Amino acid sequence: MTLQIMEGSIAIAETVRLCRPQVISAYPITPQTHIVEGLASIVADGRLDAEYICVESEFSALSACIGASAAGSRVYSATTSQGLALMTEVVFNSAGMRLPIVMGIANRAISAPLSIWNDQQDSIMMRDSGWLQLYAEDNQEALDMHILAYKVCEDHDILLPAFVCFDGFILSHVYEPVDIPTQEQVDKFLGEFKPYQKLDVNDPISFGMYATPEYYLEFRYEHDAAVKRAADALRKYGKEFKDVFGRDYSELITTYKLDDAETAIVAMGSICGTVKDAIDEMRKDGKKVGLLSIRCFRPFPSTDIAKALSKVNTVVVLDKNVSLGAKGAVAIEVKEACYGSDVKIYDYILGLGGRDVRKKDIKAIVDLAEKGKGDMFYGLRQEVL
Amino acid sequence: MVDRSIENFECGHRACGGCGASSAVRMILKGAGQNTIVVSPTGCLEVFSTPYPETAWKTPWIHSLFENASAVASGIEASLKKQGRLEKEKILVIGGDGATVDIGTLCISGAFERGHDFTYVCYDNEAYMNTGIQRSGSTPYDADTTTSPAGACSTGNNRPKKDLPQILVAHGSPYVATATMAYPADLMKKVERAMNTPGPCYIQVHAPCCTGWGFDGSMTMEIGRMAVACGLWVNYEMIDEELASAKKVKRVPVDDYLKAQKRFRHLFKPTRNEAEIAKIQAIADANAKKYGIDIE
Repeated sequence: MTLQIMEGSIAIAETVRLCRPQVISAYPITPQTHIVEGLASIVADGRLDAEYICVESEFSALSACIGASAAGSRVYSATTSQGLALMTEVVFNSAGMRLPIVMGIANRAISAPLSIWNDQQDSIMMRDSGWLQLYAEDNQEALDMHILAYKVCEDHDILLPAFVCFDGFILSHVYEPVDIPTQEQVDKFLGEFKPYQKLDVNDPISFGMYATPEYYLEFRYEHDAAVKRAADALRKYGKEFKDVFGRDYSELITTYKLDDAETAIVAMGSICGTVKDAIDEMRKDGKKVGLLSIRCFRPFPSTDIAKALSKVNTVVVLDKNVSLGAKGAVAIEVKEACYGSDVKIYDYILGLGGRDVRKKDIKAIVDLAEKGKGDMFYGLRQEVL
Repeated sequence: MVDRSIENFECGHRACGGCGASSAVRMILKGAGQNTIVVSPTGCLEVFSTPYPETAWKTPWIHSLFENASAVASGIEASLKKQGRLEKEKILVIGGDGATVDIGTLCISGAFERGHDFTYVCYDNEAYMNTGIQRSGSTPYDADTTTSPAGACSTGNNRPKKDLPQILVAHGSPYVATATMAYPADLMKKVERAMNTPGPCYIQVHAPCCTGWGFDGSMTMEIGRMAVACGLWVNYEMIDEELASAKKVKRVPVDDYLKAQKRFRHLFKPTRNEAEIAKIQAIADANAKKYGIDIE
């Protein structure tokens, strides 16, 4: 294993190359641009034998992926924020058509007001679409999850599309040491794309037929069952991933100093790194705080989370999104997972639109939870309200 | 040569009796040839041909959404190219005018600009028939639809048809044509020509809708021929942006075509609306002049 210092987006582009997609279809949008520029260069230089379609919108980006995937090719796209919002109809449709598309999401806030900076509102708004959703803590996870996602999605018992989510700018534009796998490793792990069905004049089938009330409910049930089955597929292939690449993805959640913790912080994505540093400092001050990081938001690992949180007194959920008029999406689901337990769960909406979250903020939030203050936006600038 | 023995659109589908679109599709698939992958946007055709678990399609067929058929086709083309299948297999989109002239225009424009090798055929029944005869950008002037109703202050649809064929000529398409299901040999020949022309090709096919236009289902072919006879529909071809053919006719006034359809009856009852009929006649006259179709 050789570590190289690379920008997150370039590391992802190089990893997608190793996955050998035959068709890439994407539309540029900040902060996803370096990924699609990187892939365009890779194709232009002959380092990947793929068709690169410069579509006229994100709507067409994912629509072209549907066509290419249905015709029998492994495909890739990447987007964020407004682009993902524009794709909405295609996101739901591609999942319902059970096509194993992998798409990178450089997480970014949603307009209005316009913001190019990070939060996770974009992928969270797609939580009911039937796509798998993986969240990376660092760039190594972001690129590893791309390989893992193809493996899980293309399993004929799963046949679903997946988002690989990584925080825009915070990961996409940051240089970190990463291990870019070898082609041999990725080929060994992934193998060739074997479509379950494809458009083929030698074996004509109809894709995307409409369903009457006699059938629609069963289609949705089977889709839901496949998303749930993906949890075990992720664990299985996450373990195989370790055998090939040396990094373990066999769990849908990870923990840090949680075993003896009285307070658990629950978070997703790059913020977990900051949380770990804050926990180290709080532990020096005698506070027993730990972290539960959610790697996979869909399927939601409710049982794993309930078990991991069964011994703590207080749970602090950090949500980089908000279901306006309710709570943060992660908190809502953590509360559901812990229903019936005595644990106190507080939600904090923070970091929206790229607002920095630092160690001192994490500590301040833990202080608030200890005082019983939660279910709130954290870090509001009162002077501009 | 068109292989007329090809039957890739099975009978038993759910189209209305006398549906112009379904007859058109049967002929379009003959013209397209045996090794054709079809993409259909949402619409009448998609709904009446594929109620799960039944399908009328004996050729590979895919439907994704209302507005993205040409983007889906772009992806199929890229995939076939990469798999080395594009030599044998061809891609054909068949969609209605709502999916084509209105909601799918961005995707069509993008696919034509990128130059993908596929043919797009629009069956033009001149309104949103699947949802109950609402006006589209392809609805003709003065047609009564459920969203452009004729009334005390309205003579129906107040805009002429959007000229999508010429918009796609302006994209540099190597082959753009118009046809009608009422002239089957011409339609099949044009589809064959488009499918064998490299690059993005477009054909707009007049497809009378007995339900939406208000005529008896036994009259579909006749209505189609009347549209050509009066010049409100012109069958032409544009090859490399130049007019290559236009069906010449000894034109008759638009009256008979209009009178035969309930969507225009407000122009004749309770009294004949001379001013509006004159405007429609002027559209036919302009068509005739533009494409030089009059037999002297």
